[in-house]
Amino acid sequence: MWLSLQLATFTTAILILIGTPIAWWLSQTRVRWKPAVQAVVAMPIVLPPTVLGFYLLILLGPDGAIGSWWVQLTGNALTFSFTGLVIASCVYSLPFAVQPIQNAFESLPRQYMERARTLGASRLDAFFSVVVPLSVRGFVSGIVLSFAHTLGEFGVVLMVGGNIPGETRVVSIAIYDHVESLNYAAAHRMSVVLIGFAFVVLATMFVLNRRWGDR
Amino acid sequence: MIHLRHKLMRESFELDVDVEVPNTGITGVFGESGSGKTTLLRCIAGLEQEDGLPVHKRNVGYVFQDPTLFPHLTVRGNIEYGARRATTHRVDSAPVVDMLGIGSLLDRRPDSLSGGEAQRVAIAAALLRSPDIVLMDEPLASLDRRRKDELLPYFDRLHDELAVPVIYVSHDIDEISRLCDHLILLEDGKVSACGDLFDVVSRVDVPMLSGQNAGVVLWATPVSHEDGLTRFDFGDGEIWAPGEFAVGRKPMRLRVAASDVSIARERPAQTTIQNVIRATIEAVHGVNAATALVRLGIGNQDLLAQVTNRSVRRLGLVPGDRVFAQVKSVTVRH
Repeated sequence: MWLSLQLATFTTAILILIGTPIAWWLSQTRVRWKPAVQAVVAMPIVLPPTVLGFYLLILLGPDGAIGSWWVQLTGNALTFSFTGLVIASCVYSLPFAVQPIQNAFESLPRQYMERARTLGASRLDAFFSVVVPLSVRGFVSGIVLSFAHTLGEFGVVLMVGGNIPGETRVVSIAIYDHVESLNYAAAHRMSVVLIGFAFVVLATMFVLNRRWGDR
Repeated sequence: MIHLRHKLMRESFELDVDVEVPNTGITGVFGESGSGKTTLLRCIAGLEQEDGLPVHKRNVGYVFQDPTLFPHLTVRGNIEYGARRATTHRVDSAPVVDMLGIGSLLDRRPDSLSGGEAQRVAIAAALLRSPDIVLMDEPLASLDRRRKDELLPYFDRLHDELAVPVIYVSHDIDEISRLCDHLILLEDGKVSACGDLFDVVSRVDVPMLSGQNAGVVLWATPVSHEDGLTRFDFGDGEIWAPGEFAVGRKPMRLRVAASDVSIARERPAQTTIQNVIRATIEAVHGVNAATALVRLGIGNQDLLAQVTNRSVRRLGLVPGDRVFAQVKSVTVRH
């Protein structure tokens, strides 16, 4: 359980850092191949986790493009490690971070940015002083969704991380194990916690959204 | 002088402006919608093309047509946004807040303000940036008549108290006549006339000013009150306008639309029209098949009268004739 929370926290933090620029670029660009980029970002939503996991396994493996480079750098393999899981989760949950943030950026009237610029703010300054505070709802949605989605992932974890206690054995895998070994009591305990968690998080998000929507 | 030089090609539109405006007072940019007024302002601010000096280094104050304040900041936060980023501090907050009457609004949220209040806050924000030039894009156009009347006196104060040059875009000739000192006429992205307001506004050779916008701005001194009217002296004539204006030596602006002026050969004996002024015909300009504009000299100032060509023929009006101008209505700048 603790491992799952750790994984979700790391993944969410990284996703906000890399997802925000992607979302901003997607919301501003007028290039013709924007739909192609959007499709790539959104693909994890529709692909079976096994397909994603399979290619990530190859890519992150000791002979893969990223994996071999990582081995050279650190001496450890990425597959079946916590770090590998974080990378895989980032790919898997990317659309859940990018899309709500992108929607928030797109719904912001252009004039806010222009006004900030004429009042002496550089692009970056205007982004942090005007765009970000006015897109809080998008950020909250992005954080909640990517956190919850990472917590619940199963297929990709199994393919890339396997089932190593303390390293890659996240809660969804643990539940699967308990069910397989007919230990239903333990499976219930974990599952109920996850259901409760999902409900509380989503309800909180909707309440916050409604309150901010009124303002 | 400020040299404005902007060229922009768009699919169905071309802006090509090369003009000098004085670096004091308010310069009006007058044109119909689609003439490129807003595009010109956006070019000056750097919002239209991304090459050249970036927007935030141009030191312009921009007042948009819709007063978009930042909703996540208070009024105070909004007016301080530009001030905190200003490179030079030439404008103090207190007099600006006072001039625009927003002192009591400082702790309010933008969404609790009326359109007029929000626009005043937006203007304060633009001024406190200590800009080299203020650009105003039809700041009154999104307001209804009542809010507009409420806001206009603040613009009068801006006009009287502001040291920084302003470029003021509008399609309302009354607004321009009231507020501006200089005038640029923009037609299809090109400057068709520019110069001192009093000269340009009474030109009859520009199509935009020979139709319903035809008229003059008089420079007149209020001298006395009677029956709720004020007598103004101008040229070698006098004109009465409703309202009691402070009598003094300070001349005020009166706008007289050409459609409110008619001409009589003899002094009308019984008429409800208050103002009958002796004038000399200086010129008769045919505008179209039906109408003409007659320029009437009254001392050193002119009136324009919009009359039919038929009347011109029937009365045999020619330059040099002494006639009576009947003025039906006058707009006074308060």
